[in-house]
Amino acid sequence: MKYDMILCGVGGQGVLSIAAVIGVAAVDNGLHLKQAEVHGLSQRGGAVESHLRLSDQPIYSDLIPAGSADMLLSMEPMETLRYVPFLSGEGTIVADNNPFVNIPNYPDLGTIITTLERYPRVVLVDAEGIATEMRAKRSSNMVLLGAASVFMPLSPESLEAAIGTIFGRKGEAVIEQNVAALRQGRAVAQAQTG
Amino acid sequence: MPKFVPLGNEALAQGALDAGLSGMYSYPGTPSTEIMEYIRLAPDAAERRVHREWSANEKTALEAALGMSYAGKRAMVAMKHVGLNVAADPFINAAFTGANGGLLVVVADDPSMHSSQNEQDSRTYGRFAFIPVVEPSNQQEAYNLPFYAFELSEKYSVPVMVRLTTRLSHSRADIERGDAIPENALKLPADLTRFVLMPAVSRQRYTRLLGLQSDFEAEAERSFLTRYEDGDNNSLGIIACGIAYNYLRENYPAGCPYPVLKIGQYPLPKRLVERLVEENEAILVLEEGAPLVEDMLRGYPFDAGSIHGRLDGTLPRTGELNPTLVARALGLEAGSRTFDVPEDVIAARPPKLCDGCPHGDTFLALNEALEPYSKGRVFSDIGCYTLGVLPPYNAVNSCVDMGASITMAKGAADAGLTPTVAVIGDSTFTHSGITGLLDAVNANSPLTVIIMDNLATAMTGGQPAPGGGHLEGIVQGVGVPAEHIRLITPLPRQHDTNVAVMREELAHEGVSVIIARRECIETAKRRRRSAS
Repeated sequence: MKYDMILCGVGGQGVLSIAAVIGVAAVDNGLHLKQAEVHGLSQRGGAVESHLRLSDQPIYSDLIPAGSADMLLSMEPMETLRYVPFLSGEGTIVADNNPFVNIPNYPDLGTIITTLERYPRVVLVDAEGIATEMRAKRSSNMVLLGAASVFMPLSPESLEAAIGTIFGRKGEAVIEQNVAALRQGRAVAQAQTG
Repeated sequence: MPKFVPLGNEALAQGALDAGLSGMYSYPGTPSTEIMEYIRLAPDAAERRVHREWSANEKTALEAALGMSYAGKRAMVAMKHVGLNVAADPFINAAFTGANGGLLVVVADDPSMHSSQNEQDSRTYGRFAFIPVVEPSNQQEAYNLPFYAFELSEKYSVPVMVRLTTRLSHSRADIERGDAIPENALKLPADLTRFVLMPAVSRQRYTRLLGLQSDFEAEAERSFLTRYEDGDNNSLGIIACGIAYNYLRENYPAGCPYPVLKIGQYPLPKRLVERLVEENEAILVLEEGAPLVEDMLRGYPFDAGSIHGRLDGTLPRTGELNPTLVARALGLEAGSRTFDVPEDVIAARPPKLCDGCPHGDTFLALNEALEPYSKGRVFSDIGCYTLGVLPPYNAVNSCVDMGASITMAKGAADAGLTPTVAVIGDSTFTHSGITGLLDAVNANSPLTVIIMDNLATAMTGGQPAPGGGHLEGIVQGVGVPAEHIRLITPLPRQHDTNVAVMREELAHEGVSVIIARRECIETAKRRRRSAS
């Protein structure tokens, strides 16, 4: 088993927290893991990406080769397009459809969404809206992870346990909120994909 | 033992702690920062009282580590590649004095310049200093490395350079930990004159260092970081240095058909290189950073065209490697990419100053204060505030190296450009700005220095500021007259006051220092969260 994911978004959106949860779940399941992160300058509101690789065999490269990712998990619609070249022909896109506009020349959102919808396996989720409705606005990244979990080789239970590990220091309420967000995201994606 | 999934930097840090580290010294800089961050927070480091304070700059850090080595203890110093330029003086000379307790100089290079002003390859420095360089290719090797490298350092009484690159520094993997060994006892060098580099001693030390080179080559041949892997197809032999080995193996999951020499230690394992060259028709060199090994193999002027790599266009001359570039160099088809992306729907998203950042308010005031003058007078420095070059501020005209804002502004002022402004952060000022300010004071250069004091080393994650809260005293001690040391608070409601202060000091025909003090918005947020 080998599963390669590109995670992307804008610095500060919680991309690295998604990576951390998946990482803990993978290692708890006895899988090997490699995860390349972005630190430094780009974290100041710039485009950020993380390459996350899971396998039951040893993994060599920290970076995913172009055209071979199984999943592109994105916190932001335009950022999704930036990393599509990493996706394999059979890969799936799961993306938040809410734009993060912090540049003056942000392209037309309608064109971005239409472009995204042309790819064969794409699930666009209003993760921000769902999280806000649940009064857990900071958990939109977990809504998105929940939606992606439908396609991933990790059980929802192991992801929930990993949330407990990652957010443990922040208390029971934060854990529950993030677990609820994960479940809601999963339900929404299941409804969308039938 | 609990599961351990560290960044490459963290793996090296834990490895050093387990290998009996007594003192860790560093100045933060991407991609090296997490080595010290990890050791600062490590429970075993706290329990053992491993010395682990941030230093004012890389030179002071390296010298302190050399002092700890002199006293017989194992010491490590970490910096980014350009930090080694700052520390180059003690680095080269430490090769002459040699180490006593094991001494590791960790340098993290940043090919592709993700967060740096250049992409120099530190292996060149290792060669320049005639010391062993070790380069892990993965997180497990990074963890295992300090046990080996401290021993190597103590066996030959030389400092050892540990070279990392961004991708390993900032990538996690699951690894196994070993058993920790105790720290060294205090033990001074047997010869109490060998650290006295006066000419008579230095000549002996230089002869000794050069005499060790063949031993170092032999060590590189035996190293756990070096491996010769045979292959059936001798049309090509491949040298894969450091992390480049992973990109090679990624393309041959079942094993590479060509003979491969994996290199993780320098000076080059000479006999293994010779064997690879003799047994194969052509050579491909894969190395992260500069084409250092490739260049050594080419041998001007008799290059027969059988060496391939970054210098003949088989790989790009600059920037980071990745599995896709390596696949192309090997004539392989990478991935199964089927999706195109219309490029006009993707805009660049550069980093920017955070909302509410004090630097933004300082730049807006400075731009207004400078309105009466022509453009191009603001020399800046290394830090978040370098982003002031971007819209909407377009406020700075230089960023060269730590501290260069003040000295370049002085030179321009000496040339007749007045008024001239230097914009420098508090941590950069204490790193390398104070001496330049002393030059300006001594020459009475007409110069306005704005120290953007956000009480943190913010760009690298908010480490403590070495000048913490007493910059006025430092500046006055250097000789700036008290009436030209001005304190402002960069807030929107203070804008008019701040513009007025700047205008007054721009008009002064001598050295002025304006300290714009307000805490970094990110460290302030973090402090509030941890307080609640």
